[in-house]
Amino acid sequence: METSWPARPRKELAVSSTTHGPLAHHFEDLDQQHEAASLGMWAFLVSEVMFFGGLFTAYTVYRAKYPDAFAAASHHLDVQLGAINTAVLIVSSLTMALAVRNAQTGNNKKTILHLVLTLVLGAAFVGIKLVEWSHKAHDHLIPGAHFEFDPAFAGQAEIFYSLYFAMTGLHAFHMLVGFGLIGVVIWLAARGRFSPENPNTVEMTGLYWHFVDIVWIFLFPLLYLLGRHG
Amino acid sequence: MSGHVAPLKLYAFVFGSLLVLTGVTVGVAYVDLGPLNTLVALLIAGFKAALVILFFMHVRWSSRMTKLFVCAGFFWLLLMILITMSDYDTRSWLIG
Repeated sequence: METSWPARPRKELAVSSTTHGPLAHHFEDLDQQHEAASLGMWAFLVSEVMFFGGLFTAYTVYRAKYPDAFAAASHHLDVQLGAINTAVLIVSSLTMALAVRNAQTGNNKKTILHLVLTLVLGAAFVGIKLVEWSHKAHDHLIPGAHFEFDPAFAGQAEIFYSLYFAMTGLHAFHMLVGFGLIGVVIWLAARGRFSPENPNTVEMTGLYWHFVDIVWIFLFPLLYLLGRHG
Repeated sequence: MSGHVAPLKLYAFVFGSLLVLTGVTVGVAYVDLGPLNTLVALLIAGFKAALVILFFMHVRWSSRMTKLFVCAGFFWLLLMILITMSDYDTRSWLIG
């Protein structure tokens, strides 16, 4: 039986299926493609706000209920390491912003350089975080059978540390996912897959990374800086 | 070209502001402002987040639809916390 589909030359097919060109075939133009990528990424990030939002709400409820225990428990966190880590993440946000900017202007080598710097700074953050966590284990501040604290606050301080590990743990997990994403983007950049017409993959990875930075911008004062003036 | 290429000077300014504000938030935490300590810490964090969102994340130059998504997300978080707390603060006879 004859097929009614019009015959399509192979060459035309190759041109119209533009997985390698800057404009994917299902978009009208580059602006629409960029808009779709940004909006989709933001829809995901808003769902991430909701994801972390549950923990922030739990934190607010228990902190309002046990303000003194939270202040006492927060005193055992290392402000210096926390502040250094905040600065490390801010620098990594700058290097990520510069990686995106270099992708936009077509400077592939600098894009890769800044992505590698971002990765190194991210690793430094997680490294410092691991040092902090191991200090907490040493001080018996991990919630569970071996948790030890001033008996006046013990149970309530345990809630603080449960939230501390849940929030910083979920945040660190997001950092690890970010390492994977940046690794893939470096690999793609090395293969010359980005152009000033379509740096969207770099830019969307940047959005993710900046979002993780924003989460930490709130975690740092909420967890580390309670009742320091007392 | 798709997307806005921000000037390097702006990135330098945002970066410097973020570092300075981190220092300020640590410094202020050691000054006793009573219940205002938490408010000041949250205002500084909110301002830092706004700098990152507007400039590093290019929302300043994004479409209105994207801006609407961003605002809706944080507005939802505000509702979640405010309504939850209004419940906890006014039903103490239930939760002790």
